[in-house]
Amino acid sequence: MIVRILGEGQLEVPDSTVERLNELDRALETAVERGDEAAFEPALAALLATVRQVGSPVQADDLRPSELIVPQSDATMTEVRRLLTDEGLIPG
Amino acid sequence: MRGAAAVRDPGRAAAAGLPIEGMVAPMGVMKRVTMVFRAKANKALDRMEDPRETLDYSYQTQLELLQKVRRGVADVATSRKRVELQINQLQGQADKLDRQARDALGAGREDLAREALTRKAGLQGQLVDLQGNYEQLQKEEEQLGQAAQRLQTKVDAFRTRKETIKATYTAAEAQTRINEAFAGISEEMGDVGLAIQRAEDKTAQMRARAGALDELMASGALEDMVGGPHDDIQAELDRMGAGQGVDHELERMKAEIAQSAPRQLEGAQPGSADGASADATATAADPAEAGEPE
Repeated sequence: MIVRILGEGQLEVPDSTVERLNELDRALETAVERGDEAAFEPALAALLATVRQVGSPVQADDLRPSELIVPQSDATMTEVRRLLTDEGLIPG
Repeated sequence: MRGAAAVRDPGRAAAAGLPIEGMVAPMGVMKRVTMVFRAKANKALDRMEDPRETLDYSYQTQLELLQKVRRGVADVATSRKRVELQINQLQGQADKLDRQARDALGAGREDLAREALTRKAGLQGQLVDLQGNYEQLQKEEEQLGQAAQRLQTKVDAFRTRKETIKATYTAAEAQTRINEAFAGISEEMGDVGLAIQRAEDKTAQMRARAGALDELMASGALEDMVGGPHDDIQAELDRMGAGQGVDHELERMKAEIAQSAPRQLEGAQPGSADGASADATATAADPAEAGEPE
């Protein structure tokens, strides 16, 4: 399965790791929903660290879309919120 | 009924910071971000009538974005160089203050040395800030450069794929393959677009700060502080230096006169000339003290 880290590119992660990633992702989602800044940063860092650890880079000329997209490492909670709605993306 | 409302529109609820209650399966941030990217790609696809037309149109858009991201890299580089220039200027002034402090100490003026070092400390704070800006811009430039490289590779791959699809498939058959390639490139473009925006935001901030500093330097406010045309520390040191120069000159002249005067007035009297010379040395110490205005 392909996972994209925004600003960094795509990684191929083994399907066996998906449950672990989802768990970390749920912690991130909870932090965002509760507006919990203190929990947000470590949650995002933990998710990114695991994706990087289990993933291997996808060939640059691979045109397959990603199944999951992770916000960039220095993303703020506000930025992540905007990414969850289409206002976060550039029009066009 | 906040929970029910949240279920109907989880995206908005999350954006508003409301808890999403009663959702059967939480989707997670990753999935939701992906859906936003996909929705955007689909919207663009829906606008096209002939799917093969999409390929050429999309390719054009990709080339434009590539131009834009390259300009972005150049813009960040320009900002970085400007900050670098400012760092060099401030460092030069800090070095100068350091030298002045040494000169002042050498001349026994601890008060002046202290003043110079105090000003230097003020500059150090500015320098640390600028160094931080510089590193941030450097990182931004590097990341954007890599993003440009990744997009370039995908755009090249897309061009090849596009020609294959156009040559091999009918419009109807091409659809699935186009959708696939389009989703992939569209995601990359969305990512790069966000990266450009982040870089623009960051450089705009830094540019504003650099502009303020340039203005400060141009207005002479900083010059006054660290010593430019109205450099009072240097003026003081110069005065002391000039004072010494004048003393030496006086000493030399007195010695000359003392040597020639006896011959002219009373004839050769070596003993008297020696006395005049000793006098000159003694007086030379006085103007040096008078050189201090306080």
